[in-house]
Amino acid sequence: MENKVKRNLPDDLITKMNLKPFKSVVVGNPEVKRVAPKVQVTTGESKVVDSLEEVIKKTLKDGMTISFHHHFRNGDFAFNKVMDLIIKMGYQNLTLAPSSLTGVMNDTVIEAIKKGVITNITSSGMRGSLGDFVSHGGLKNPVIFRSHGNRARSIEEGEIKIDVAFLGVPNSDPAGNANGQEGDAVFGSLGYALIDSQYADKVVLLTDNIVDYPNTPASIKQTQVDYVVKVDQIGDADKIGSGATRFTKDPKELKIAQTVNQVITNSPYYKQGFSFQTGSGGAALAVTRYLRESMLKDGITASFALGGITKPTTDLLEEGLVKKIMDVQDFDKGAAASMAKNKNQQEIDASWYADPHNKGAVVNNLDVAILSALQIDTDFNVNVMTGSDGVIRGAIGGHQDAAAAKMTIITAPLVRGRNATVVPAVETVVTPGDSIDVLVTERGIAVNPRRKDLIDAFAKVPELNVVDIKELQEMAQKQVGIPKPLAYTERTVALIQYRDGTIIDTIKQVKD
Amino acid sequence: MEIKTVGVAGTLESSDIQIMVSAGQNGIEIDLESEVAKSYGDQIKKVITDTLKKFGIENAKVKATDKGALDCVIAARTLAAAQRATETTDKPRLEVLQ
Repeated sequence: MENKVKRNLPDDLITKMNLKPFKSVVVGNPEVKRVAPKVQVTTGESKVVDSLEEVIKKTLKDGMTISFHHHFRNGDFAFNKVMDLIIKMGYQNLTLAPSSLTGVMNDTVIEAIKKGVITNITSSGMRGSLGDFVSHGGLKNPVIFRSHGNRARSIEEGEIKIDVAFLGVPNSDPAGNANGQEGDAVFGSLGYALIDSQYADKVVLLTDNIVDYPNTPASIKQTQVDYVVKVDQIGDADKIGSGATRFTKDPKELKIAQTVNQVITNSPYYKQGFSFQTGSGGAALAVTRYLRESMLKDGITASFALGGITKPTTDLLEEGLVKKIMDVQDFDKGAAASMAKNKNQQEIDASWYADPHNKGAVVNNLDVAILSALQIDTDFNVNVMTGSDGVIRGAIGGHQDAAAAKMTIITAPLVRGRNATVVPAVETVVTPGDSIDVLVTERGIAVNPRRKDLIDAFAKVPELNVVDIKELQEMAQKQVGIPKPLAYTERTVALIQYRDGTIIDTIKQVKD
Repeated sequence: MEIKTVGVAGTLESSDIQIMVSAGQNGIEIDLESEVAKSYGDQIKKVITDTLKKFGIENAKVKATDKGALDCVIAARTLAAAQRATETTDKPRLEVLQ
């Protein structure tokens, strides 16, 4: 069966798993029903326990779904503490449903798969040895990749039913009021974990820092928490996020960033009270710097900045150039520290951020999104999931969700090493071209043909070199040559969902 | 052309390729290591082989460590390694690259 982005989906899996093929980026106004968790009533004042093993024994059964958040990123100790015990205790057939998987979790996940402890996975992404393992057929059932907004939707609508959520936090009081802002291992916003704390049947907090009751601000609330487990150390502060943010010196990235700024400031959205989301890559950080200069010069301020937040963005908040930050996660120490002291840096959960089946998510109010790409094709479809060798090495993150912005800009160098970035057809479609408006490379800009308004607006700007995306693709091909097509087996190792839960593409096992 | 020694050219920086040419008996034998081997392995080997033959080498062992080099870089590094291996660097044969 072929879906609307011309990807052939395996009929047997579609039938067996009752999947729907991707049709459209238009969400419309469907009526949906949300689920509610089971609540075990407790009246005790303290939920603190010392033995994680006891808590696992009390809450977990074979075949259940467990979840974690990835706000500690590569400084995470919570995941391995819990999973090592679960493996040791001999559990089987669990579904792993974290907000995402980071490098420090890879070895444990692979061990758990090999021992039959984990038999299903849904995640935003995976990288390194785990991506390699799954791409080579290491897991029997296909992994389901979901964006952050789609994960929130799937949990709310019961497609992911979390039995036990194990959530690491840098502080909690004995009743389970907790936030991500104080303690030794702070990460700022708890945005992704807030969905788990709201919808899981059992919520287990792990912390190395038990504070006096009542703990505020209470991002996670005592009404949601079953157990608070005291551990020695919950995370490594130095590995959570980068320290001081360095601006790129790469002339290619700077050229791209400068061009992105020209695209923004010459678009109809650049006016008093506009809003934007940038990512954390080198070019994105540089965009923030150029945008700041333009805003100062033009006397324009933004109503809000959204997304994964970095220090250059919180600097704009402190300077008054951005009125509010809507913050689902913080990428560096500066941004995390800023949340604790700036009341205009609002913590938002993944549903508020990006859930398509909502009474309005913040991405719907977003003017400009700047996103990256591993590959983009001449239909503007974007791949952020598989490398040029076909192996899983990425994450959807909020890519599909932020692309709901009124103007979505993809930044990418024309080629990376010998791999073309602008290609005839991406290896894996993650974000459909219908939600992408502008591509900025160091060799020129391409505008999606359905955006006649932007084509007209940019035609009046002599500095903007607007070309057909096919021209960019041919330029790249002339430089690197035509690659031999990759070889895959028939076996599906992963499904890529669009944000509404339909299937936009599949990933096949690579042939070596 | 007679290979008199081991000739090396190129670095392990990204977008470069390191080529090591030494004496061999069974045609051009290439041991290639590359992150883009799946997509471009055949093309890389073809450029190395063509360059060596044009230079006048029919038998050689080649160790190639590729970091995503373009064809023009591969040909230039192969020629430099071949000239060092044949001890002919005093007479650069740049026409091989045309």
